[in-house]
Amino acid sequence: MYRWLLCIGLLLGLTTTALAADISPTRLTTPNGMTVLILEQHFLPIIEIHALVKAGSAQDPPDKAGLANLVASLLDEGTTTRTSKQLAEQIDFVGGSLGAHAGEDFSTASVRVLQKDLDLGFTLLADILQHPVFPKHEFERVRSQILGELSSDNDDPGQVAMKAFNQLVFQNHPYRWPVNGTEETLRKITLADVQSFYGKEYLPNQIILTIVGDVTVEQATALVQTHFGSWKKGPVQPRSAKKQAAIDKKVVQLIEKDLTQSTIVVGHLGISRTNPDFYAVTVMNHILGAGGFSSRLMDSIRDKQGLAYGIMSHYDARAMPGSFWVNLQTRTETTNQAINGVFAEMKAIREAPVTDQELAEAKSFLMGSFPLRLDSTAKLAQVLAQVEFFGLGFDYFSQYPKWIERVTKEDVQRVARQYLNPQHYALVVVGSIAKAKIRH
Amino acid sequence: MINSPIMKKSTSQLSWYTCLAGALFISSLSTFCLAAEPSEYILSNGMKVLLVEVPKAPVATVQVWYRVGSRNEVMGRAGLSHMLEHMMFKGTVKYPKGSFSRIIRKNGGIDNAFTSHDFTAYFENVAADRVPLALELEADRMQGLIFDNAEFQTEREVVKEERRLRSEDDPQGALVEALFAQTYMSHPYHWPVIGWFADLDAMTLEDLQRHYDTFYSPNNATLVVVGDIKADLLLPTIKRLFEPIPRGPSPKQSLRPEPDQQGERRFLLKREAQVPFVMMGFRVPNYSSDDSYALDVLESILSHGKSSRLYQSLVYEQKNSLSVGAEYSLMQTDPGLFYFYSLVNPGAKVETVEVALQREITRLQSEPPSDEELQRAKNQIEASRTFEQDSNFRHAMLLGQAEMVGAGWRRIDQFVERIRAVTAKDIQRVARQYLTEDNRTLGILVPLPPKSPDESTPTTAHEGKS
Repeated sequence: MYRWLLCIGLLLGLTTTALAADISPTRLTTPNGMTVLILEQHFLPIIEIHALVKAGSAQDPPDKAGLANLVASLLDEGTTTRTSKQLAEQIDFVGGSLGAHAGEDFSTASVRVLQKDLDLGFTLLADILQHPVFPKHEFERVRSQILGELSSDNDDPGQVAMKAFNQLVFQNHPYRWPVNGTEETLRKITLADVQSFYGKEYLPNQIILTIVGDVTVEQATALVQTHFGSWKKGPVQPRSAKKQAAIDKKVVQLIEKDLTQSTIVVGHLGISRTNPDFYAVTVMNHILGAGGFSSRLMDSIRDKQGLAYGIMSHYDARAMPGSFWVNLQTRTETTNQAINGVFAEMKAIREAPVTDQELAEAKSFLMGSFPLRLDSTAKLAQVLAQVEFFGLGFDYFSQYPKWIERVTKEDVQRVARQYLNPQHYALVVVGSIAKAKIRH
Repeated sequence: MINSPIMKKSTSQLSWYTCLAGALFISSLSTFCLAAEPSEYILSNGMKVLLVEVPKAPVATVQVWYRVGSRNEVMGRAGLSHMLEHMMFKGTVKYPKGSFSRIIRKNGGIDNAFTSHDFTAYFENVAADRVPLALELEADRMQGLIFDNAEFQTEREVVKEERRLRSEDDPQGALVEALFAQTYMSHPYHWPVIGWFADLDAMTLEDLQRHYDTFYSPNNATLVVVGDIKADLLLPTIKRLFEPIPRGPSPKQSLRPEPDQQGERRFLLKREAQVPFVMMGFRVPNYSSDDSYALDVLESILSHGKSSRLYQSLVYEQKNSLSVGAEYSLMQTDPGLFYFYSLVNPGAKVETVEVALQREITRLQSEPPSDEELQRAKNQIEASRTFEQDSNFRHAMLLGQAEMVGAGWRRIDQFVERIRAVTAKDIQRVARQYLTEDNRTLGILVPLPPKSPDESTPTTAHEGKS
């Protein structure tokens, strides 16, 4: 019945390659060292300007987790010429948006405006990046706001479980702590820490500025010069590439909360984005649990056993190896059954090769869905910036389908054996632990 | 805006469960004067088709909308429409269980569905050349869905897990559910889209079959395709696939309105939680009233952006809220809610937040907004309609939703004109007319400490060789 469809699926790779290859941004480096990527998109009169700063929570001092996030959160809370409120009023008046936040490997500040407000967009983004003043009262206010959000995070079992999981998996590594910090570390951060982090890390030569939308390359280049040209480059901080130690045993953490479901997270260390096995792992993970309704975990845990509404496996590939994890929620009584189901699938994909059909379907999805990842201005700006950040090269857009196509059944089994470990892992359960009677 | 009792925590939940059926997240309205106008067709069996050509990327979204949601359910069977949405993935004779999503996926597409008070919608986001495939699959399951009892029993457990996730174990989700139940006494907006446990347990295959036979027919559906398509080339395919489906019954859609509220209603929800949450709902008209445009601008003045009144006052100056907002959607079949919410800063008192929200309402009633404030709100609404066209999916959703609630997509085109016409006096008038104490339902989530304080912190960690 599906045979004719499968043929179409295989053909799709070729179609996609041709289409995806159309994305070729203009790349230039300014005299002060800023990398600029420009992609013209003239269908709608909108523009997205996205600055990626190569410093994130991985650069937080161990006892001051949350520093990078606090710095990013304070960028639009006052500059040398505009107060927090003035910044908000100016961007809101034109119906645009302006904001900044930190991730593990990098921080981003971005602005989105209508074409007619292009100059204002550049003005405000350049202002918050180059001239933030970090007023004392804003520092205190935002920090207390983040402390409140940490408290609120505790009402989300998923957040509680992931925070605990990261601490077990990333021992002695900066990925260990939440990007927004902890109550203890946030209280230790001083205004001087914020100013010093900003001064050392926010440099034009540490920024990838991506501009996507209804603007010409000439226009954008001139605007970059006008708004960022006088920013002085500085010395780049050395990065200590700290190697994570893999878990060498089983680690279990059970967190009691009065809930009807158990939130389960299980996994271990993963891979970095630049690992040559990235594409084979992507295919393997798709078949295991990232492939939505067609994945093995979804089929077994949700469709056959009715144990969960959602279940998914993840490889978070970062600058340094991230983590692999499976997460789900199931009613308290079925906690053990669901955990056993997850391990059964992790073992199965190691022990036997995936079927030809599974491989073909996973590959045709990954290749065919590539254009969907690039179908809006905001998505394009983010993907372009990350391709540059991870050094993937702009032939990424034409090469991606080929790299996926190349993955074999043997590759899938090899990476499953190499990167999945059903013996040494971290398991976190949040829920009614006393009633769940967990046997792990 | 609430189209289902599922909102606000949407971002964190989306990143957590990317593969879900049943959720719905929409925000404000938009129009399409810049991109192409939809081409509208009515097929011989009464199905409406809206096609929009957007050539900017080689992709498209296919959406089939059915005019059936929890408002079409009866007491004792809450959640039937959403349960049916889940069963729609269980197969037909031609495409048996599991094949729908598998076929879409191996063709590089993503499919899912969502249910609200007013509608149920199914979608496929695909490469543009896969649109006919998605259409064929959707046409196939409009008729002849297989209702298998074993499949139903398992899927019911899945839906119960979904209910635990969204309502039982989510303090804010639980408060939203209670707010609607308190506000609407006789109208079906009373019960949650996902249903109550007892009703899910009482549901039978016959209930599902009857619901399907009554509402899943071409004359009760609208097909929307937005993307890199050519309308005149696609229409013959659509006709070939959908016109053989016979016209179905014309189910009754009108409901008796909820009687006027005669006095404030207040309630508490006490459960284990860290942070209090406050909601204040006011019953207001929908798109069919001219006042809906002023209410939309009012929502923007109150809560769009960091310069908005609620953020400036409660988060920035008084620091009593972690987040705060006002939400309103005029695109609802029956009159809905204009509601305020605040996630209370753990250091602040709930009473202080309530007073602060009321102060903002009183201020709107006693003095009109400034010209600049009014202009900002209008600019925000106008700009958002352009930004929303950046996504084919959202673009199609706006059209589909406008059709389902009875407004019609053409009303979206007039939307900006109507928004521009709103005056400062209008804002003051609707604030006085609707945001009154007697029309208010106020709910407070009161956090209780963990049952046993020792167990609340992660203490039970243990390690060992396996």
